[in-house]
Amino acid sequence: MLYREAGDYKTSYPADSQTFPIAFDRYRYWVVLAVAFLVIPFFVNDYIVNALLLPFLIYSIAAIGLNILTGYAGQVSLGTGGFMAVGAYACYKLMTAFPDVNILIHVVLAGGVTAAVGTAFGLPSLRIKGFYLAVATLAAQFFLVWLFNKVAWFYNYSASGQISAPERTVLGIAVTGPNTPAWASYLVCLVFVTICALIARNLTRGAMGRQWMAIRDMDIAAEIIGVNPLKAKLTAFAVSSFFVGVSGALFFAVYLGAVEVGEAFGINKSFLVLFMIIIGGLGSIFGAFAGAAFLVTLPVFLKLIGVDLLGWPTDLVAHLQLVVVGLLIMFFLVKEPHGLAHLWRLAKEKLRLWPFPH
Amino acid sequence: MNDRQTGYVTEDGRQIGDVMLDLRDITLRFGGVEAIKNISFDIREGEIRAIIGPNGAGKSSMLNVISGFYVPQDGSVWFHGKKRAPLKPYQVARQGIARTFQNIALFEGMTVLDNIMTGRLNYTKSGMIAQAIWKGKAEREETENREKVERVIDFLEIQAIRKTPVGRLPYGLKKRVELARALAAEPKLLLLDEPMAGMNVEEKEDMSRFILDVNDEFGTTIALIEHDMGVVMDLSDRVVVMDYGKKIGDGTPDEVRNNQAVIDAYLGVAHDE
Ligand SMILES: Nc1ncnc2c1ncn2[C@@H]1O[C@H](COP(=O)(O)OP(=O)(O)OP(=O)(O)O)[C@@H](O)[C@H]1O
Ligand SMILES: [Mg+2]
Repeated sequence: MLYREAGDYKTSYPADSQTFPIAFDRYRYWVVLAVAFLVIPFFVNDYIVNALLLPFLIYSIAAIGLNILTGYAGQVSLGTGGFMAVGAYACYKLMTAFPDVNILIHVVLAGGVTAAVGTAFGLPSLRIKGFYLAVATLAAQFFLVWLFNKVAWFYNYSASGQISAPERTVLGIAVTGPNTPAWASYLVCLVFVTICALIARNLTRGAMGRQWMAIRDMDIAAEIIGVNPLKAKLTAFAVSSFFVGVSGALFFAVYLGAVEVGEAFGINKSFLVLFMIIIGGLGSIFGAFAGAAFLVTLPVFLKLIGVDLLGWPTDLVAHLQLVVVGLLIMFFLVKEPHGLAHLWRLAKEKLRLWPFPH
Repeated sequence: MNDRQTGYVTEDGRQIGDVMLDLRDITLRFGGVEAIKNISFDIREGEIRAIIGPNGAGKSSMLNVISGFYVPQDGSVWFHGKKRAPLKPYQVARQGIARTFQNIALFEGMTVLDNIMTGRLNYTKSGMIAQAIWKGKAEREETENREKVERVIDFLEIQAIRKTPVGRLPYGLKKRVELARALAAEPKLLLLDEPMAGMNVEEKEDMSRFILDVNDEFGTTIALIEHDMGVVMDLSDRVVVMDYGKKIGDGTPDEVRNNQAVIDAYLGVAHDE
């Protein structure tokens, strides 16, 4: 009975178009933020942060990025891994070239570099669509990984061919490098997630988002209302790549610390993020979080049940995980293209009417 | 009547202005098919101009030429007295020309409100950063656009379906939402491709009333393709008749109705080729 629109009248258009039109949702959002910022940092340990929280937060940013491109603007991309690599390498080059500049600025700049690269790779989208665009982005994926392997300048000619993040501090506390406390890396990622989600939400609920969705739903009609398809698609590539680049930079600098490009940013990564938005929900910011949370916790959960509880061999559980993900992808593609986000919405609709459904 | 310089006064006393859009010697071919054969006609400010003709006559192709989807092999389009360079559809839209399609072209994944809001995209001037922060100009524009859109929603009496996803609407309402999207752009010239096709009598009456009201209240010039002769005769000030890509008649509804070539085309009399 608490979850109601009744008595929560909108008296202005801004109030009606806000992110959480129902007051209860707004409160919950503030509660989630408060807990995330003020409570969790005091209770985390290395395991929780590294196995769950960091991957969840960082993949959420990548999934938001891909969802803008694919879910909102309708342009399929299999290049997410490659663009994360651009973010990571841009961040590495910036960190080593300008050691005195704050790492947070480097992460943002890495996003900017990725936005530029993503826009360039987005140019073919004006001519090719759907399957062919997917193949083109796949080519970008392989090209980028090859490039970062091949050109030694990108990894500063290190003998191993890897890049590793030197220690950098924010307000005197290490946020990259081996001395980073778990809560600090968590907070850095949380700040980026919060800002990225806000930006994504604002862009998608306003004119920019409508332009993207118009191109997605019917490009001919989009043109007739004055949308320049080239501009709409390229802004989607730019914004999307910005987020993906930020996530790649954080994945490298804050999460892994040292990276071999093919391993960290290979084609598997592209598929993983794509699966996140399919399971979470295409065209939904919440869906990006849901999908990331789901695919980050699934292996941990399966290992807990399978290996620790039932004593199954590790490789069996690993394979089982692939089967589960495959089945889920099929289910969501066929039955529920709007993913977990839509199931959640349905549940809320039911709740809104409960207990008098008629 | 048909004075190129000064316009005319309609029977019901409306002042029709100068030529707004002038199509001169338009020829459009698809491979071997000549969809439009050397057609000229004009549309005057403030009038309701109907384009009629049997199936496949080239009516929709004509609207597609006007809105920039097709580039004619021959001829020129003059808008407000200036010859128009070949434009992309989105550039045509920015000149104040809006349209609806014969086969509804709505954004199925969006709500009615968002669909209509897309009609205001041309009026959005704030940049990406402003929109990302959702402050200042971006927020102001959003509110202004929403106010305009709400007026259109009231005007077309679709308040109740505002938040409904377009995909769930019945056909007749979809047509109305598409009109709303076009109106939200506050066009000078509105092109309607069979706005009443597939509607029942009541829906047609509603739609006719809306078209007349749009013309009357906002002074919007309207070019309209329609098969229902009764509707055409009631609504339009002047009618162009097309058949097999050729213009076979042009004039007031009465003139056209009594034109022998038009009668033959509609009665299916053998063509002279
Ligand atoms: N894109 C296209 N490619 C090839 N031929 C086309 C194309 N568009 C139209 N045509 C042809 O041009 C001719 C005129 O078509 P158009 O759609 O303009 O007719 P119409 O008068 O609108 O007919 P209807 O009343 O059935 O809508 C038809 O022969 C059609 O097959
Ligand atoms: Mg037609």
